[in-house]
Amino acid sequence: MSKLALVIDKPFEEQSKTAPHDSILPLVLDGVCFDINGHRLLDRISLTLCHGVRTVLLGPNGAGKSLLLRLCHGLLQPTTGRIQWSDNDSRRLHKKQAMVFQRPVLLRRSVAANVAYALAVKGVSNDRRRPMVARALEEVGLAQLARRPARVLSSGEQQRLALARAWALEPEVLFLDEPTANLDPGATRLIEETINAFHRQGTKIVLVTHDLGQARRHADEIVFLHRGRLVERSMAAAFFKRPRSDEAKAFLAGELLD
Amino acid sequence: MGALPGNREEQPLRIRHPAFRMDVMFTQSFGTAFELIATLDAQLFAIVGLSLQVSVIAVAVAAVIGLPLGAFVAVFDFRGRSAAIALLNTLMGLPPVVVGLIVYLMLSRAGPLGPFGLLFTPTAMVIAQSILVLPIIAALTRQTVADLYGEYTEQLQSLGVGPVRAIPTLLWDGRYSLLTAILAGFGRAIAEVGAVLIVGGNINHVTRVMTTTIALETSKGNLAIALGLGIILLALALAVNAGALFVQGVAQRVEGG
Ligand SMILES: Nc1ncnc2c1ncn2[C@@H]1O[C@H](COP(=O)(O)OP(=O)(O)OP(=O)(O)O)[C@@H](O)[C@H]1O
Ligand SMILES: [Mg+2]
Repeated sequence: MSKLALVIDKPFEEQSKTAPHDSILPLVLDGVCFDINGHRLLDRISLTLCHGVRTVLLGPNGAGKSLLLRLCHGLLQPTTGRIQWSDNDSRRLHKKQAMVFQRPVLLRRSVAANVAYALAVKGVSNDRRRPMVARALEEVGLAQLARRPARVLSSGEQQRLALARAWALEPEVLFLDEPTANLDPGATRLIEETINAFHRQGTKIVLVTHDLGQARRHADEIVFLHRGRLVERSMAAAFFKRPRSDEAKAFLAGELLD
Repeated sequence: MGALPGNREEQPLRIRHPAFRMDVMFTQSFGTAFELIATLDAQLFAIVGLSLQVSVIAVAVAAVIGLPLGAFVAVFDFRGRSAAIALLNTLMGLPPVVVGLIVYLMLSRAGPLGPFGLLFTPTAMVIAQSILVLPIIAALTRQTVADLYGEYTEQLQSLGVGPVRAIPTLLWDGRYSLLTAILAGFGRAIAEVGAVLIVGGNINHVTRVMTTTIALETSKGNLAIALGLGIILLALALAVNAGALFVQGVAQRVEGG
């Protein structure tokens, strides 16, 4: 193949047994490439994401983590290669996924209305929405701010609202793109608690982060990207103890990769 | 159909008259303006009332069409979209007399809409002003919604919101900017004279509005009355703009921009 040592093991694929019978997982990426203007930004990514396993994507800036997340979530289409859920119904696929972006995008409405909107789109009837909104805001500790315009919230609160919106949707898969970048330790802890709650609820977590402590706390498996390539995929404990690729070693040692 | 009232050939403009004095005229016209308002002159009220009525309805019609139209162009990627945007932006500067002329031709006895007998009625003025204002509202809506959609598009896509569903969402979230667009349209409508003059005919008690009265009274040399009405018109425009600023201010403060 290439000079890159492609180090992959398949630690968790067995675990999909615990998945609900109507699961959309596993998600299989097969030779996924993504080009923009002739630049290959993601190169032959093959990867299986399984139920019950928290996947953390690591890699230096520009490695393609956000792009990969968008491709998985269906916001982008691969140039070549295949992205295959175990369900083909696109409406069901939509309803069972949620994504929290690095910079939360909130509607110019109240906190509660932001959550209610997502539920309305999902087709939840008006009278069922109210308790669901309340529970979601409760979950992230925003219940007191329910009536405040979402856009005046602090960035930590906005990120929690984005999580509450995802919470209300009860997704089977949750994609998180650096959800705690720029947040203080307290806000980070609140977000992480919610991520744990998602995991306990049986939501598959796919998390991009630059916070190695966070990666240790939340990863069952690590997917390490470098320059648009999947360089290493290992169980978290093994990855942090003894990364097998040179790129991951250098990354963990805090060296500048290029 | 006859010559339009206010024709210069009938009534020579008296602005060059030797007795004409600028300072006197201003004092007089301010006096007249306040007198007109203070005495609640019935005729004045009819004229101002008709102006408001015609322009408000015209703007409402233009908004009902222009808001979804602008949003549609912003959200959907169709063939000829850039041409549509260029067209909308160009039509923002549509000369009122041209709109008046076209509507006149449509509504005149021989025109396609002639049988409805709408020429020289307030309805004709509403039609003309709607056409005048529509591109303004549609173009400003497109800009607002496009900016908003750029920000929202991935989030909406993630929630499973398609372009059709996105339109009402974006219109609602852009409500403060869109209100400003509508007020801009209203400012244009209430202040224009060319279109309403041509299709309304400035008929006393029927289609006489502020701007046409100003044109007529000026040509008759009744500068005080003309200026008095002009001041009222300005005050209205000022009120509308103040309203727009106020709305923006509230939006900034309450909604966090
Ligand atoms: N729309 C685009 N047009 C051109 N290049 C793009 C585009 N989007 C992403 N890229 C490029 O693709 C590469 C990967 O981007 P991506 O955002 O996925 O990186 P990342 O791993 O998320 O980095 P970071 O840690 O900084 O968020 C970068 O080099 C970026 O410049
Ligand atoms: Mg990124």
